[in-house]
Amino acid sequence: MAKQLHVEVVAVEKKVWSGDAEMVVARTTEGELGVLPGHAPLLGQLKEPSQVRVKLAGGEQLTWDVTGGFLSITGTGVTILAEEAATAAPATAAH
Amino acid sequence: MAGQVQALRRKVRSVRSTKKIAKAQELVATSKIAKAQERQSAAKPYAEAITGVLTELASNASIDHPLLQPRPRVLRAGVLLITSDRGLAGAYNANAIRTAEGLISRLRADNKDVALYVVGRKALSYYTFRGRPVEASWTGFSGEPTFADARKIGESLLAAFEAGADDTETTYGPDGIRGVDEIHIVSTSFKSLMTQSAGSRFLAPMQVEEKKREGGPKPSYEFEPEPEEMLAALLPKYINTRIYAALLDSAASEWAARRRAMKSASDNADELLKTYTREMNSARQAAITQEISEIVGGANALAAAGSDE
Repeated sequence: MAKQLHVEVVAVEKKVWSGDAEMVVARTTEGELGVLPGHAPLLGQLKEPSQVRVKLAGGEQLTWDVTGGFLSITGTGVTILAEEAATAAPATAAH
Repeated sequence: MAGQVQALRRKVRSVRSTKKIAKAQELVATSKIAKAQERQSAAKPYAEAITGVLTELASNASIDHPLLQPRPRVLRAGVLLITSDRGLAGAYNANAIRTAEGLISRLRADNKDVALYVVGRKALSYYTFRGRPVEASWTGFSGEPTFADARKIGESLLAAFEAGADDTETTYGPDGIRGVDEIHIVSTSFKSLMTQSAGSRFLAPMQVEEKKREGGPKPSYEFEPEPEEMLAALLPKYINTRIYAALLDSAASEWAARRRAMKSASDNADELLKTYTREMNSARQAAITQEISEIVGGANALAAAGSDE
């Protein structure tokens, strides 16, 4: 099995989601970025507003609308910090 | 005599209803403590993560942001005081206000002017009753604060802090607004169900501890955008998080203090009920005894009068 990313999505008032995923896609102020396991450490500010997509192993995809967000990638995983994170409608299979 | 019994009965009734109110408040407070603690622990992951990010940033970037630099001259200090909206919480508000007063007199002794920012109707009415100016106040959420409340507070405190940068002794700087040069926060921290203690802390400017790494090279972080820019975006959010944590901690303390106050109130009511009931019984018994002796006395008198004829 391919290596997995440990992902945590935390909003101010509660932890939204945590688990293992194959890939995280987020948009920082500089541009869109996909994170795969083994990514170099990175701190980023997310674009306002933006969506964060987490692709799970089974091909399933979770999406949140995030405001006031930051992204932190360390050796141990990915943390998405948001003032607010709301579950977005599951992305229609356009991609 | 019968009047006394009536009066006591009224007292018993009123104590009993007071006790019901206290008991109900106690039960409400008990469930609210649990909720407040839940919210506290729910807010923890974010607080930890943002502290981690900030520490990494500070160890990797130059940290000359105004929020991190103590000002050479502090002319005016802001004090954010967190109290509750409603009373019946024992010494909770009195303690918080007393701590704030101590801090204010210390600041005044250092020749610093003080600007008051208050949360909760109790502190607001304390200061308006004494005719002391309050810079800004927020009320209506002390028991169940949300992050939006914290953000509102944080925004106006930060605005005051920024406006304070150009103040001098005589003028308020080009912006004409009187700001503050440092911000303190007075809140109550929840230690246990029995102990909550009020204390004051620095909110701004703040100090970031740079992480000392044991062995091994630092992971070299990439930054999007540049670290300085990110720090500027992150710090206000961090301040809001600190305020939110203080609000939650104070809310938990408020409910714990209220629960304890209401518990002793209903215990007291129990005791009063017992005393009053005893008094009422003995008054009633005395009234009966008196009535009997009056009847017996009357009958004896009649019998004596009859035997005389």
